Amino acid sequence: MSLSREDVKKIAHLARLQIKEADIPTYSENLSNILAFIEQIDEADTKSVEPMAHPLEQLTQRMREDKVTEEVDRTLFQSIAPLTEAGLYLVPQVIGGQPHQSNQETEPDLAE
Amino acid sequence: MFKKTLAELAKGLANKEYSSVELTQYYLNRIQKYNQTFNCFITITPEKALEQAKAADAALAKIQNQQNKVGLTGLPIAHKDIFCTKGVKTSCGSKMLDNFISPYDATVVQNLQRAGAVCLGKTNMDEFAMGSSNETSYYGTVKNPWDLNTVPGGSSGGSACAVSGRLVPGATGTDTGGSIRQPAALTNITGMKPTYGRVSRYGMIAFASSLDQAGPMAATAEDCALLLQAMAGFDVMDSTSVEKDVPNYLEALKNSIQGKTFGLPKEYFENNLDPIVAKCIDEAIQVYKKMGVNFKEISLPHTKYSVPVYYVVAPAECSSNLSRYDGVRFGFRCENPQNLEDLYKRTRGEGFGSEVKRRIMIGTYALSAGYYDAYYLKAQKVRKLIAQDFKAAFEKVDLIFTPTAPTPAFKIGEKSADPISMYLSDIYTIAAPLAGLPAISFPGGFVNNLPIGIQLMGNHFCEGDLLNAVHQYQQITDWHTKLPKNID
Repeated sequence: MSLSREDVKKIAHLARLQIKEADIPTYSENLSNILAFIEQIDEADTKSVEPMAHPLEQLTQRMREDKVTEEVDRTLFQSIAPLTEAGLYLVPQVIGGQPHQSNQETEPDLAE
Repeated sequence: MFKKTLAELAKGLANKEYSSVELTQYYLNRIQKYNQTFNCFITITPEKALEQAKAADAALAKIQNQQNKVGLTGLPIAHKDIFCTKGVKTSCGSKMLDNFISPYDATVVQNLQRAGAVCLGKTNMDEFAMGSSNETSYYGTVKNPWDLNTVPGGSSGGSACAVSGRLVPGATGTDTGGSIRQPAALTNITGMKPTYGRVSRYGMIAFASSLDQAGPMAATAEDCALLLQAMAGFDVMDSTSVEKDVPNYLEALKNSIQGKTFGLPKEYFENNLDPIVAKCIDEAIQVYKKMGVNFKEISLPHTKYSVPVYYVVAPAECSSNLSRYDGVRFGFRCENPQNLEDLYKRTRGEGFGSEVKRRIMIGTYALSAGYYDAYYLKAQKVRKLIAQDFKAAFEKVDLIFTPTAPTPAFKIGEKSADPISMYLSDIYTIAAPLAGLPAISFPGGFVNNLPIGIQLMGNHFCEGDLLNAVHQYQQITDWHTKLPKNID
């Protein structure tokens, strides 16, 4: 599968990664080569094979009682944050204010 | 002193030949002397180390000559910088976490601390554990002590180099596609990836959650057994941790291996294997035959899909795991973000290196609408076939015997321009994590003065058998005692 400039930009947007214009051709080439390499898996006959999500197939998700067992030391955990105020993490304004222009016309869908 | 193994140093401590403080200072001096050349440590923690050493000496004073109770008490080790260490920088080899001081300890770190080990610092690694050469680290390339123009392997290149150059006698690593075993092979040390679920992943920065495992790296199987004994065990904080007792790995070392059957998978001995490497493997086979082991040809028919399957599954899981790095709660944040989207994109664009970005994008693509079935779901099915190959093989053989890497250490820069050529250096190590199986690499000879590693793979939870098989080999061979030049 060969990826175009637009493909690379779309994937980068999905992954919220800024890629410099000048680097797009290299990413396009490398990603296309990797995808071509990966496509070998198509040859394998997987009719009636169950997908394997992880190696512990006999085990089910361990559950625990819905009881609070940890202390959350917010002061300690927030001491390493880039920007906080009154126990809140600060980010650029999300609600209200100027709507920003996204690079994409429509938001690409993520898999269900 | 630096020629001694962890086991020998433990005896020395028990016999009061030296104190833990003296031992710790000795290795701290070695790190000071050689780290500039090797670049294997990102952070060195002398004050903390000496504090831990003092506490260990106090504990040792109470033990009084009961050698088998010393265990790891007072022994110096290093942690790969992927393990969260409370109050200490934990960078994962990345600019994204260059400013991250972990507020908690990983379970592996806690376990080793409780066992009395003394942590001297955090070792260098490929960024976010993605790499096979330790060339992708934000902190620069690690050099192989055997030839400074060659790579030590990766992603646990720093730990491998530190042990190989005897800057520490033991270290922790992690293995997702071969990141303990391949660097162990390239640097002439012993390194093991346990069964998935054997060692807790709590506090171990996640790369690919269905593959990642922590493991020991040291000169010998005996030392790895000492480390693994402390590292392993059920952890309530890790939902993929297995509730299975940890057997006595040290006891198991002594078992006879006569009459065991080792499988030689024909797919691992075909085209890709350098003939000089094959010669080392043959010699090792002869040594094992003399110990009474039978060898049997087996087939792992889906071997050729291992690397491509891994390069769907691991990037897919990493794209999910690395989505937490958003500049909001911790870690790197770009300057003057204009809006939320800009915050995310520039933080991640600037904070991650190109290999990490490449893998995130492959993963994102493989999971995206319209491609999920063709890539991720298909890869999971082929993964099942690979696991089934091993299951069938272990009905016929006890352990599987292969080379660890197709060539000895390659030159710095040789493969970094071609991602796929780099990925193929994991060709022999990559199947074990896909099947969740334990595997170990150990020194088996030299080619042009560069070490060659041999790999044994076992069935689930057969760590004891693997350590036993390597220990017996190390009783009658001396490859593992060879040291690089210029480290005196």
